[in-house]
Amino acid sequence: MPTVSVKRDLLFRALDKEYTDEEFDELCFEFGLELDEITSEKDIILREQGDVKAEGASDVVLYKIDVPANRYDLLCLEGLVRGLQVFKEKIDAPHYRRVPASSGEPQRLIITEETVAVRPHAVAAVLRNITFTPERYESFIELQEKLHQNVCRKRTLVAIGTHDLDTLVGPFTYTAKPPGDILFRPLNQSREFTATELMSLYKTDSHLRHYLHIIEDEPVFPVIYDSNGVVLSMPPIINGDHSKISLNTKNVFIECTATDLTKAKIVLDMVVTMFSEYCEEPFTIEETEVVYPDGRTILYPELEYRTEILSGDLINTRVGISEDAESIARLLTRMCLRSEVQGDRIHVEIPPTRSDIIHACDIVEDAAIAYGFNNIVRTTPRTYTIGNQLPMNKLTELLRMDLAAAGFTEALTFALCSQEDIADKLGHNIAEMKAVHIANPKTAEFQVARTTLLPGLLKTVAANRKMPLPLKLFEISDVVLKDETKDVGARNNRRLCAVYYNKSPGFEVIHGLLDRVMQLLDVKPGKREGYHIQAADDATYFPGRCAEIFAHGMSIGHLGVLHPDIISRFELTMPCSALDVDIEPFL
Amino acid sequence: MADTGILESLLRHLEKVDDGVDSQAVAALLGVDHQVIVGAVKSLQAIGDVISAEQQTSKHWELTEEGAEIAAQGSHEARVFGAIPEDGLPQSELMKLPSGKVGFSKAMSNKWIRVDKAHEGGPRVFKMVESINDLVREKLLRVQQGKSQLEEKEKNELKKRKLLTEVTVKSYWIGKGSSFSTTITKQETELTSEMIASGSWREKKFKPYNFESMGVAPDCGHLHPLMKVRTQFRQIFLEMGFTEMPTNNFIESSFWNFDSLFQPQQHPARDQHDTFFLSDPALAYEFPQEYLERVKTIHSQGGYGSQGYKYDWKLEEAQKNILRTHTTAVSARMLYKLAQQEQFTPVRYFSIDRVFRNETLDATHLAEFHQIEGVVADYGLTLGDLMGVLHQFFTKLGITKLRFKPAYNPYTEPSMEVFSYHEGLKKWVEVGNSGVFRPEMLLPMGLPEGVSVIAWGLSLERPTMIKYGINNIRELVGHKVNLQMVYDSPLCRLDS
Repeated sequence: MPTVSVKRDLLFRALDKEYTDEEFDELCFEFGLELDEITSEKDIILREQGDVKAEGASDVVLYKIDVPANRYDLLCLEGLVRGLQVFKEKIDAPHYRRVPASSGEPQRLIITEETVAVRPHAVAAVLRNITFTPERYESFIELQEKLHQNVCRKRTLVAIGTHDLDTLVGPFTYTAKPPGDILFRPLNQSREFTATELMSLYKTDSHLRHYLHIIEDEPVFPVIYDSNGVVLSMPPIINGDHSKISLNTKNVFIECTATDLTKAKIVLDMVVTMFSEYCEEPFTIEETEVVYPDGRTILYPELEYRTEILSGDLINTRVGISEDAESIARLLTRMCLRSEVQGDRIHVEIPPTRSDIIHACDIVEDAAIAYGFNNIVRTTPRTYTIGNQLPMNKLTELLRMDLAAAGFTEALTFALCSQEDIADKLGHNIAEMKAVHIANPKTAEFQVARTTLLPGLLKTVAANRKMPLPLKLFEISDVVLKDETKDVGARNNRRLCAVYYNKSPGFEVIHGLLDRVMQLLDVKPGKREGYHIQAADDATYFPGRCAEIFAHGMSIGHLGVLHPDIISRFELTMPCSALDVDIEPFL
Repeated sequence: MADTGILESLLRHLEKVDDGVDSQAVAALLGVDHQVIVGAVKSLQAIGDVISAEQQTSKHWELTEEGAEIAAQGSHEARVFGAIPEDGLPQSELMKLPSGKVGFSKAMSNKWIRVDKAHEGGPRVFKMVESINDLVREKLLRVQQGKSQLEEKEKNELKKRKLLTEVTVKSYWIGKGSSFSTTITKQETELTSEMIASGSWREKKFKPYNFESMGVAPDCGHLHPLMKVRTQFRQIFLEMGFTEMPTNNFIESSFWNFDSLFQPQQHPARDQHDTFFLSDPALAYEFPQEYLERVKTIHSQGGYGSQGYKYDWKLEEAQKNILRTHTTAVSARMLYKLAQQEQFTPVRYFSIDRVFRNETLDATHLAEFHQIEGVVADYGLTLGDLMGVLHQFFTKLGITKLRFKPAYNPYTEPSMEVFSYHEGLKKWVEVGNSGVFRPEMLLPMGLPEGVSVIAWGLSLERPTMIKYGINNIRELVGHKVNLQMVYDSPLCRLDS
């Protein structure tokens, strides 16, 4: 969930109201935001870097506000204020308009064929006669960063470049070239670099190095030129220094290059709808013509308004309220969804800022938010059902109780572990096991899903060596085994494992536990229909002290005294016997 | 129990005195060691109020081992003096005597003896006086017999010579108790079968139990606290008429875990940093084909009244096997299955099982945890119904003060975070997440249009940590668990 940090006083001035922290917190809660933290720049530096660095830092109060991940229109002060003011019915939601260039000739962005291989989409727009102040400027930069981190998926899907249009001469060309052929002075550098040089320069840049991988291995890099060959940007890495915007910039050229056109359009719409507020004619955005390699031309920003038509009934029945159509229309209008009743239907206008509204259910939610979640009467569904336990879990629950009654204590161990835990340490070869392997473990603890509960129990014993002996532990839980008959190629297997750790091996104790478990499962001793054990060889167990367990003629597991090597590998010092059985055959 | 003879002697003596007696005095009187009397006092105290005894301490001087030897045999110097015949003794022989060295120098400084160094045959020692007065012995004898006191200076000098030592004695001032009697009945420790058979228990007195001490811990096994809480949650769901879902499949395809839930393929949750992907078996191959096509369409083009996400949906992405990130993957399978029924029937489902996240670990986050999930599917369920069900569910957990915050989930709309008022923290804390499944998830499955599905989830670990006052999740889950905590954990009753 993105967090937006805004200056409290600036926010209240824009909202034209002073709130107490509690009141503002309440407002956030009602609207679906969360006032996560009240802090200041000074506090943040103090916490992260110590009091020396914090000296002289600003102690202006900052509100850190958590914004839902799909509400890109609330990622800056401008958007938050607009959303809340409309919600409080202090202002009407603005209508955003794409307008022709005053000169009559729109700016043009020509996309060449070469981009198809690396980053095929681009959209652009112009903010004409904008007035920046230091706060607005900061917010403008900050919004781009928030969009980059969220909807742009760290610039992989979309990258935004903003430029001082007055330093450039259109038309602009979006193309792709081999990195050695791209030469320009990047933002905040004093000389020109080739793209190849830049990639190594930014390897150590704490911010930019995270984006290099996006194009690093491509034969050609995306680049945008003006008609004089000035580089605007090399997306998604860096802009050129030539066209960088400043507080004095009057006309802003905005380009978004992308691998996902839908997202590019959303991002461009967000940037221009938020900041066109500061244009001479607020909420108007000058069109830009994008020319495709095939000659098609499209005007951007799209700023699409869409109308959804639905009945008040739909909202009433989905939310559980009974409001008339007029008041529902008013609720929706408060959520920036301008609505009016026509006949028995509500016409809902979805503005370009609300890309999150993709279905009627999204409109239902907005109506519910405006109504107030906590004003909705809590009702009991009349659904009649009868509860049932999953037979496997029912059996597990019953067995757990009786194993505890038999003097064994329940452990709860991890389902993920290292290869070593299930193979080497137990004397087995990982290559011969039906283990499921994890592709991206951060540490060795998460290399595989366990194939047996035994290592977890032995590690539990090792962590509790100071406890009085004997230690008698059990666990009934799932292991994971590869199984080609399943759609995903693997299945869980419910197993029962127990260990007895004491000064003497206590085979008879663990054997007695097996007898007790079989008694509980109503399986009698016997070779054919019942259960029996017979000598077996298994590297986990001490030779001659291991038996395989058979029930209903089927092998279900092993019991025995652990091999001294196994005991040592788990950092244990006493003899230990173990029981490990599959309980699924007893369902 | 001390010897009955001593007990009775002590009691008979006590009978004669009015205001009590010191235990040391009794020991001296009866001619026994003081410790014997102390033992007798303790035995009598255990019987009841036969006697009263108050501990007191006193100090007195006592002879050391060497002091006692001197009191018996004379001082070293006296013994040296006594060993010298009239015609003297060679010094070398005198030094061989047990008291030789110490006695010689003392006798010399007392001027009792002299050495003739020039004597032929080596230095020879002669008496200088006819007789001596062995004062050291006399003083020690006086201390030993407890007669007249020595002066402070004398005592210190003897102490310096390690002949005297000051000892602290703990003794009792013994008096008659409220049930004083000179005869004692032997107390029985336990009732026996013989006593029951013979009826002799009627005449016996029984030693009182010490009710202050702890009992002996029963020899038993214990259930794990997290599993005890799981049992309670299962119970609650079953009481509410919910049926348990088969969540025994930790491995899930991205298709069921994400795509079927209308979670787009570029969603950050599908990132390597958040989810465990598998290298073996890396991909899933079997999907319900028609349904898969409908999922592809809803993502890439929309439909069922939805705009969709309008991106290039890839089968390869959906095929990727993962460790499931939520049990909602199973809910999706169950709802798909429900949709394949000839006729829809309302259901209530629940599950409590493990889910996995490839996240950064800390004191409250592990790579695996248990998710509790509830799902209700029926015609015409409302957001108010979801709130009502949540209210019933949380009431069973002892949480009655709830409120709801609008939230965002990729697969529910509306979505609500559930907050409860924490009396201890005096603030609202998040206790769960909930919502109404999106039509883009339900309609491609084939569920009828009017059917709504409401659902909620929470973790099992968090309420357990709060319930059992555990701050570090590793002390609760995994092999580093403290077994003593498991042994000691009380019953789990969530509503009390």
